[in-house]
Amino acid sequence: MKSLGSIRRDFAPWNDPNAKPYIQFDNVTKKFGDFTAVNNLSLTIFEREFFALLGASGCGKSTLLRMLAGFEEPTAGRILLDGQDLRGIPPYRRPVNMMFQSYALFPHMTVENNIAFGLKQDGMPKPEIASRVAEMLKLVKLEQFAKRKPHQLSGGQRQRVALARSVAKRPKVLLLDEPLGALDKKLREETQFELMDLQQNLGLTFVVVTHDQEEAMTMADRIAIIDKGEVMQVATPAEVYEAPGSRFVAGFVGNVNMFEGKIARGEAGSASIDAGNGITIRTDNAGTAGAGTAVTFAIRPEKIKVSSKKPAEAVNAIEGEVYDIAYLGDMTVYHVRLDDGQVVRASTMNAARITEDPLSWNDRAWVSFRPDAGVVLTR
Amino acid sequence: MSSAAVTTASASPASNAGKSILARLGAAFVGRLVIIIPYVWLLFFFLIPFVIVFKISLSQTAIAIPPYTPALDFSGGISGFLAQLKQLSLDNYTWLTQDALYFNAYVTSVIIAAVSTVLTLLVGYPIAYGMARAPATIRPTLLMLVILPFWTSFLIRVYAWIGILKPEGLLNQLLLATGVIHQPLIILNTYTAIFIGIVYSYLPFMVLPLYSALEKMDYSLIEAAKDLGCPPTSAFWKITFPLSLPGVIAGCLLVFIPAVGEFVIPDLLGGSQTLMIGKTLWNEFFANRDWPVSSAVAVILLLLLIVPIMLFQRAQARAQEMDR
Repeated sequence: MKSLGSIRRDFAPWNDPNAKPYIQFDNVTKKFGDFTAVNNLSLTIFEREFFALLGASGCGKSTLLRMLAGFEEPTAGRILLDGQDLRGIPPYRRPVNMMFQSYALFPHMTVENNIAFGLKQDGMPKPEIASRVAEMLKLVKLEQFAKRKPHQLSGGQRQRVALARSVAKRPKVLLLDEPLGALDKKLREETQFELMDLQQNLGLTFVVVTHDQEEAMTMADRIAIIDKGEVMQVATPAEVYEAPGSRFVAGFVGNVNMFEGKIARGEAGSASIDAGNGITIRTDNAGTAGAGTAVTFAIRPEKIKVSSKKPAEAVNAIEGEVYDIAYLGDMTVYHVRLDDGQVVRASTMNAARITEDPLSWNDRAWVSFRPDAGVVLTR
Repeated sequence: MSSAAVTTASASPASNAGKSILARLGAAFVGRLVIIIPYVWLLFFFLIPFVIVFKISLSQTAIAIPPYTPALDFSGGISGFLAQLKQLSLDNYTWLTQDALYFNAYVTSVIIAAVSTVLTLLVGYPIAYGMARAPATIRPTLLMLVILPFWTSFLIRVYAWIGILKPEGLLNQLLLATGVIHQPLIILNTYTAIFIGIVYSYLPFMVLPLYSALEKMDYSLIEAAKDLGCPPTSAFWKITFPLSLPGVIAGCLLVFIPAVGEFVIPDLLGGSQTLMIGKTLWNEFFANRDWPVSSAVAVILLLLLIVPIMLFQRAQARAQEMDR
């Protein structure tokens, strides 16, 4: 069985035409004065999905989250949650909770009072609040810190309190605004997996805003890539990486080599691309692009092989000179300058400790790749 | 850079050991000196004046210069000085308890100051809140407007209120002209005028600490409260107000403490029949030339105010605790 990327998904309501959308952005526009933060955007999120809004800062992703929470109202368009139009419903009556980037823990309350705050607002009976708080503290492993004030906790512990507080009310949707942004790298990686487990165990719908593509790739079922208030692509992490829909997405997520060119001839998805300077690329992924179309051929570094001799069986092989080598332990990154001056980035897994065909700086080398390794982009 | 700093730090104990004991004592003295300066300041500008006032309060009034006896001097040697000390007595304090005038003046002052403080808080809180929530670009201007009245003399500003509040003053003219009232309101020379005067004069002392407490508050806390199901009014009482409490306490004490001993406002706006301790003190000192009794009044006033000052310091310590 073939699959894009290396994982197989059983949870994929977005492929089911009968699945009912849980959150719907319908042609939503949000303007702040002259500035358009969100531009006629439509988006569908399904129940129990872990959905990531990925984009550079200022792209409008946080505005989307704040509109869902009720802190901002759309200028035009509507937002539906479980079939209900959210327009005019104030944040304190929405069945969503948010985990703030700054955590926004109440500094004058203890950890347990912070967690209990939302439950008290709902008028939950005291014994029930106590047991729910205890449950939440156990969930985030902060039982012995219940009586502490936020300023007596470390950054990672505060993040857990913020998380516990935002899930304590069992919201229909949990919104997370850069949830791991303030943590150091190691803690961030651990917490990514904890968040995924938490989402699985509680069965909640998570919408996370992040600028960190690795974070989005690790945690999310699907990623929406946002740029200048518009959705560039919504897809699973593997699709975003292996089948980007545009030059922007290909360049935004991960590293990529791009060749500009024209389709020379093509039939049934296969095509030859004339990339200039005598370089011809043969690909199986040309899609519907016909002869003469200006296209970009995009290929990921790990799909390019570097060798000192031209591989005999290679369909695509281009000659150049090794310009830079970075040895990273688990892999080695080569920068090869082609004869037309373009630099190609290729990475090789160091699966063995000893290399048969070592390359050095300024060596002549061949970069080669299979016809199905890259994608053809027309946008 | 950091490794260099580490090296010096680890090297310093060794070089210290090499220094002479004298040099180390010298360094210790310089360190002490820095701590001593504020104490010397307090000694000269607070403790010594207080001891002088306290000593006068134990003396007897006399027709002399200075107008009390004994005037301590060392002309009679140590024994003469000790004899003078024996003349000191608590008579003036006993006197304060015998005349109800003083007790009433203290009580009235505290009540007027307390009511004025509450009124100033009620007026000042919305101002400070509005300033703290205003766009960051206009906040310095608003702050300037609060401080601006300080640039004119306090006395002149209080005088100006006479022109506004008197029966034929600006306020009455306006209200009569617009038909709101048909008889001029009698405000001047009443307690109302004192409240207006105190609220007006001390408003900046209330607004500034409140503003600084509210301004540093993270607005996302309010959003978090709303997000968790808390309507705006409730969010104010559960989050904003408790977090601004250090500012509320600081502002209230900055208004209450000087308002208790206030003299100018009750004298100019309150008329002759108002009884406040500041006016009583002035009368004893200048009208009766009774320095010992007025000193006793001042000492009691000071003791009365030490309690709120201590509360103030505790509030400040708590605010610092919260910042950490």
